[in-house]
Order: sequence, then C-alpha cells, then structure tokens
Amino acid sequence: MKRGASPFNTISVVLGLAFLYLPITILVIYSFNASRLVTIWGGWSLAWYRQLLHDDAMLQSAWISLRVAALSASAATVLGTLAAVALTRMGRFRGRLLLSGMVYAPLVMPEVITGLSLLLLFVVVNVDRGFWTIVIAHTTLTMCFVTVIVQSRLVGFDRSLEEAAMDLGCPPLKTFLTITLPLIAPAIAAGWMLAFVLSLDDLVIASFTTGPGATTLPIRIYSEVRLGVKPEINAVCTIMIAIVALGTVASSLIVKRGVMRRERAALGAQV
Amino acid sequence: MAVGGEAAESRATGEKPPLVRFEAVSKRFGRVTAVEALTLDIAQGEFFALLGPSGCGKTTLLRMLAGFEVPTEGRILLGGEDIVAVQPHRRPINMMFQNYALFPHLTVEGNIAFGLRQENATRADIAERVTEMLALVRLQGLGGRRIGQLSGGQRQRVALARSLVKRPRVLLLDEPLAALDKKLRAETQFELMELQRKLGTTFVIVTHDQEEAMIVADRIALMNHGRLMQVAKPAEIYERPNSRWVADFIGEVTLVEGLISADDAIDSALGQLRVAGIGVAKSGDKAWLALRPEKINMSSERPAGELNALAGTVFEIGYRGDMSIYKVRLADRTLMKVARANVSARGKASFGAGDLVWLSWPPDAGVVLTG
Amino acid sequence: MSAQAGKRDWGARVIILAPYLWLAAFFLAPFVIVLKISLSQTALAQPPYLPVFDLTAGWSGLKDFVAQLSADSFRLLFSDALYLFSYLKSLQVAGISTAILLVVGYPIAYGMARVSRAWQPLLVIAVVLPFWTSFLIRIYAWINILQREGPLNDVLMRLHVIDTPAAWLSSDTAIYIGVVYSYLPFMVLPLYAVLEKIDETLLEAAADLGCPRWKSFWLVTLPLSLPGVAAGALLCFIPIVGEFVIPDLLGGSETLMIGQTLWTEFFSNRDWPVAAAIAVALLGLLLVPILFYERFQQQSLEGGR
Repeated sequence: MKRGASPFNTISVVLGLAFLYLPITILVIYSFNASRLVTIWGGWSLAWYRQLLHDDAMLQSAWISLRVAALSASAATVLGTLAAVALTRMGRFRGRLLLSGMVYAPLVMPEVITGLSLLLLFVVVNVDRGFWTIVIAHTTLTMCFVTVIVQSRLVGFDRSLEEAAMDLGCPPLKTFLTITLPLIAPAIAAGWMLAFVLSLDDLVIASFTTGPGATTLPIRIYSEVRLGVKPEINAVCTIMIAIVALGTVASSLIVKRGVMRRERAALGAQV
Repeated sequence: MAVGGEAAESRATGEKPPLVRFEAVSKRFGRVTAVEALTLDIAQGEFFALLGPSGCGKTTLLRMLAGFEVPTEGRILLGGEDIVAVQPHRRPINMMFQNYALFPHLTVEGNIAFGLRQENATRADIAERVTEMLALVRLQGLGGRRIGQLSGGQRQRVALARSLVKRPRVLLLDEPLAALDKKLRAETQFELMELQRKLGTTFVIVTHDQEEAMIVADRIALMNHGRLMQVAKPAEIYERPNSRWVADFIGEVTLVEGLISADDAIDSALGQLRVAGIGVAKSGDKAWLALRPEKINMSSERPAGELNALAGTVFEIGYRGDMSIYKVRLADRTLMKVARANVSARGKASFGAGDLVWLSWPPDAGVVLTG
Repeated sequence: MSAQAGKRDWGARVIILAPYLWLAAFFLAPFVIVLKISLSQTALAQPPYLPVFDLTAGWSGLKDFVAQLSADSFRLLFSDALYLFSYLKSLQVAGISTAILLVVGYPIAYGMARVSRAWQPLLVIAVVLPFWTSFLIRIYAWINILQREGPLNDVLMRLHVIDTPAAWLSSDTAIYIGVVYSYLPFMVLPLYAVLEKIDETLLEAAADLGCPRWKSFWLVTLPLSLPGVAAGALLCFIPIVGEFVIPDLLGGSETLMIGQTLWTEFFSNRDWPVAAAIAVALLGLLLVPILFYERFQQQSLEGGR
C-alpha cells in the first residue's frame, strides 16, 4: 500500500483509536474516584483498591482464572502448533478437510453453542464439572487461535532454510526441532499469549462448564455487574488492564529486540 | 566531477527543440542524493536509454518524469512547459512498470481499456483501440483472459499494450525485459525497436544491461552516482568514451597508463605507444590509452611495419562460442585483453595457454583518455 | 533406511492424530450429543431429559432409546412465535452491526495501511490491545458511560443537546454500541491484512493511466480488498448472531436475542432439550455462512503462497 496518509486517513485512525480507548480510560479514571457515585468526582483515592485486597472471593476467583488460563494456554499451544504443522506440512492426508474445518469452526461459532455442547458432553460421560472441565473447554476453544497464528507463520516460512539443513545431513524431524521451531517461536509465543488472554477473559463457556468451587473471575464479575455498577469492579478491571497492557508492551519489546538482534547478526554476516 | 577531454554531451542534435528537458534537476532522499544537478535533453521520436549501475539514479530520473517523485530542485519541461507541478494522472506520459503492475481483478481487455475509460472515450472507440492494440502486440483473441492465466511473455505484452493505447507523448520503460529469458529478451528488443519506429513515439528506457541499451537506443545517457557521465549515440560511447569509467563500464577494455610525450605518442611502462591524436591534452599530462580487445591483432611472430607491437604470453582463454577473449600477460606483468572470432569450425584454438604471441595495433585503434 | 521411514511415519501420525482426536472428542462428539438431546424429552430428573443413552441395556435398550426420541422440542421452536422473533432479532442485530462495523472499520484499516511502515506495528498493537483487555470489562465500561447518571448524559446535557438524562441502557441502541465496540478489531484486522498487501505499483499504474486518487480507490483498491471485507464481515456476523453477554448487560427485556433465549431455557427453565434444539437450529441457520468462511480461509492460505 502506498505510503503517504492523507488527513482523512490520519483522522480516521485517530478517531478509531479514540473510540476504542475512551471507555477504558473513563473506567480507569473512575476506579480512583473517592465518591461512589459516578456523577460526583470525590477526588483521587485508592479506597476501592484497598477494599479489593480484602475481598477474598474476588481474589480466589482471580487465582483460579490465572491457573485455568496458564494450563489451557499451554495445552492449546501444543495442540494448536501440531495442528498447524499437520495442515501445512503433511500434504493432503485423509481427513485433512475435516481437521481444517474443526480447527477453524470455533473461531466463528457462537460461544453459547460450544459451551452448551461441551457441558452436555460432560454430563453424558458423567464427569464432575469443575476446574478441569473449564481447562478442557478453554483448550478446545483457544487452540484454533494458536493454529491460525502459527499456520500463517509457517506458510510464509522460507523452506530453503530447512532444505539447506537437510542437504547438510540433518534428518527431517531434527531439522524441524532445531531450525524451524526456533524461528517460528515468536508466533508460538504470540499464540500462547492470545490463548492465555482469551481464557482469562471467557465468560460464556466458563459459565456452562464450571462447577462448584470453580468460579472464575469473569463469572464473579458478571454476577456482580448484573447487580449494578460498583467502584470495586472498576478497580479490578483497572488492575487487569494494567497487567495486560504491561504484558503486551513487554512482549512486543522482547520480540522487537529479538528481531533487531537477528537482523544485526544477519547484517554482520554479510559484511 | 571533472571529466577529461570533452564536456558531457547532453544536448540533442538537430534544430528542433527537445521534447523533454531536465533542467538542473536534483533529487535528495533525506541525506542521500539520488540525482545531482542533472541537465538532459530528449528529442521527439527518439529511443533514449538511461544506463548505469544499480543506484546511479536512472530509475529516480524516470520516476520524476512519470510524476511519482518530485524533484528537490530544478525543472522538467515537456514540450517547453514545466510539468513538475502536474500530477501523474494528468501527464501525457505513460509507463511500463518493471513488475508489469497488471490489475489482477481485470481481464486483459479490462487492463488495456483502463486508461481509455479514464478519458471518457466512447464504448465503440475503446473497443476499436483495444482490438488494434491486441493485434499490435500479437495477443489477438486473448482479450477475455484473466491475468493469472497468462505466461510471463504474454503479461509483458499486455503491460506494453496498456501503456501505449493512450498514445502518450513519451513512453517510459522501467527495466521491461529484466524478467525474460535471453532468447525472448533478444526477440522483444527488436520488437520494441520496430514498434517505436512504427509509432514514432518517444521511448525512454531504463536498463542496467548495456548490451540492451546499445541495441535498442538511438542515444544513451550513461549515469553514475546521480550524474551524467556521457550522453551520445551507442557507437560513439563505445568507440570514443570520454573517461576511463565509461570505457570500463561499456564492453571490455584494456587501459594502459602513461605520460603524453608528443602529439602522437604516450610513454608507458611498455615503451612508447603511438596514438592518432591527444585531443586537448598537453605534453607531460598523465593519460590512459583505452584499447578495445577486438582492435588488437595477435600473431605468433612480430608483425612487420606495425608501430605498436608488444610480446606476451597467453595466460587465460575465455571461450564464448562466437569468439574467444584471450588474456595475454605482457612484459610488465599486466594483462591485455584480445578478442578473436572463432573462425575455425572445428573449434581448434589458434593459440593455447602459455603460447608466446605478439600483440599489435594501429595508432588510431585506441582512445587517449585523461580522466 | 526403512527404519527411518517407519519412524517418520509414526511421528507424522502423532502430529496429525493428537489435535484430530482432541477435536473429535471435544468438538465433534459434543455436537452429536447436542443433536441427540434436542431430540429428547424434558424430564424432572438428573439429567433432566429422557431417554438416557445406556450402553449396558443392550439391543432392546437401544430400541427403547430410539422409540423415546421425539421432535417435540423442534415443534415447539416452530410453533411458538417467541423463538421465531428471537432468531429474527438476532439476524437483524447481526446484519445491522456488521454493516456499521464495515462503515466504521474500513476507514480505520485503510488509514492503518497507508501510514509509514515504521508506525504500522504500533498501530496494530494499539488496535488489538483493547481486545486483549477483558471483553466483560469493556462492556462494563459502556454501562458506566451509558447509565442515567453517566458521563454521556452529563456531556449531552452540558452541550444542551438534551434536557433530562436519557435512558441509553436497556435498549437496542446500547446493544449496537456494545457490539460495534467489541467486534471492531475483528473487522479492522482482516481488512488491514488484505489492504496492506495490495501492491503499491498497481496504484501508480492507475495514476499513470489517468486515474485521480479517489477514483483509483474505487477501481483498484476496493475491488482488491473484497476478500478482506468478506472475511471481516463473516468473522463478525456469525458470532454476533449468537451473542449473549452484550444483549444481556446492555439490552432491554423486550425481544431477546437467540443467545439469551438459549441461556434462559438452559439455566432458568432447566429445559435442556429445548435449549439443545435452539442450538441445533442456530447451527443450521449459520451453516452456510460458516462454510463460506471455511472456504475463504482455505483460499486465502493457499493463495498466499
């Protein structure tokens, strides 16, 4: 696309970003509002954050959510990467179309359908719902996102690097593990992060597949929100936003530094 | 950069005013200067070539003419009027892009007619001109094909047809034959020349292939580091280069360094060499004798009567099929390049590596260069 | 050599089978179960439906099983206008939202594609970042803004656009705002991906042939961006039809969207067969768009090489 944004282009982007960030900004600001009421500004205060620290139920839900997210993201990354490799490198095997369909369907499927179907599965198979059923459900949902990211990276991957390795005597599996995998690692890491965030954030599927003692943070927030706006919620949300923002910026910096180091190495090799 | 001998020839010959004139045009990208205070004329109906190594500024110059780059300084005149402020879509100039830039979502006919549709021509008129163009580039009947279904050579013709259908005053060609294989390239070069002759349109071609420039162009502008090195007809550039750089860039050459000792002689490490003239140089000036390989005779014995004769040993032979280039090591351990046509059908070389030979040439075979 | 080939075969089989089996177990099998339950009858039992599939009952058990299947739930869906309106409402909301998303998202994606390469990764992160913060949080943020005592009414009253605080929440308008807000990245990113890849020499060629800037957008950029438009539209439309959280938190109690209906049937009425029937019908409704989406994914991945 030609470089050279017109004023209209710049305004569109700025307005778009403003629209995206305004509600979040307002929410963050109100989390520091000393007054309970939204209409009155009571000055800056950390009262709600202090109250949050004493809210055991909320803290426990947060802990559950983090563990579910970490476990399901890891499982989803492994399975999703395998699926991506299967779809791009294994040629036309029997059932490829079905695998591809199953991988991409959760991307668009309404969550109520996937949630309901998983719950019914657990009922029929007579599995107690709780922590592990949520993990299984989240893994299934998020693995397709990992596949999409890793697959697009694999498709654009320079095969001549693998061919060079094999030409020098490296067997195919070893080539994949020592050459390909390190180079697509950023995509795999991005997939893990996306799976983590999606799991942390999921409400519908968690609601269907949860059981006693496995109340995730979104479920708890949702039940509180239905009762009306509460400043403690603002505080929880602000903390979560801060964590995600820091994580995203940090990971992009790491990736950028990794890319710069690689580019410098490549340039150095040319000299 | 001071170029020895003649000044860079940039004016078009003839009484008619030039169609295109670059007047002291400079182009800078940040701290990089792509084109430096360049003045150049291109005549109406000429097949003009911009030639030079990568990064010499030839493509930038072409794009300034098309309107995709704006000069940092200077004027560009088309038919006497400054077009620097004119947007590309308003210029009566069309370009054939290096990657063809054919619209993938349109058919062949759609691509060719695209420019005509912007002119609000009638449907009948468009159809007629598209058919005419398809015939001209020998793609009759392929109007309905999608771009993805065409071969590389066919795509190139569509790109050519599309850029000519609007009958522009100048057609710009940005390395148009780079993607073609050698045989197709040679055929297309002749087709381009025929086309240009038939249409009478001014063609400006950018190429890094010197052979191509020599074949197709009426005049060549040799560029290096954003400046003009020499602007002249192909034969003149080859036979009378104005500097060592030009002599070395075009074709093969042997440069012998020395000092001018007389009106017709240069003193070098190989002895005194007779030349036909020294131009504006004076006695005592440093000079180089540029000798083209095909102008040097090679014999097994010293030729009688030749004023310039040197003994040497054949060091290396480069066989090219039609001719061979011999590298001969001379007394001062320098190498001289000699070209001989392989007239013997049996492929037997007249001289082999290690043979003792005599190289000779008449005084007017070389060019004296002072820069 | 054959040992190596055998080993490779085994490795390849694991690579294919692992995700395959997982998805077959946790994606396909559940759908079969949903279908089966949609054909069951409601019962006051645990689980709340009949018949229950019992492998130990043998052949006669199987025959009993089939005999007890009924299409009652589906008949209910088609006879009660409540469900019909729910489906229609969902399609309407999804359709209009997708149209709004296109109109709003295209200029943003286009602007992103045109800025200098240095800024682009930053812009992509900026657009994606809100998506990474909790979905629930963002909807909640809108509740904050849209409530009676909220900043929106505050600003509007100060600008004298309205005199008394308006009820923005519990309305269709709030649903549209919430949906467009949440799904914007899903529209912008596929569009941006396609727009960014458009060869800039094509636009130069169009200009060279006499096209002014605005016209070359219509004749070259827009047609070439259609795959991105289709991908973004499908990526938004299909999930919006089944949306639950947004209409539940921001919408009113008049016509419910189908996601809400399903939730109510399942959790409040404990009517699993009807809920399953709703899911099956919804899936049937969305089958064609989903298949279109799958085809697009295949094409774009194969064509990208």
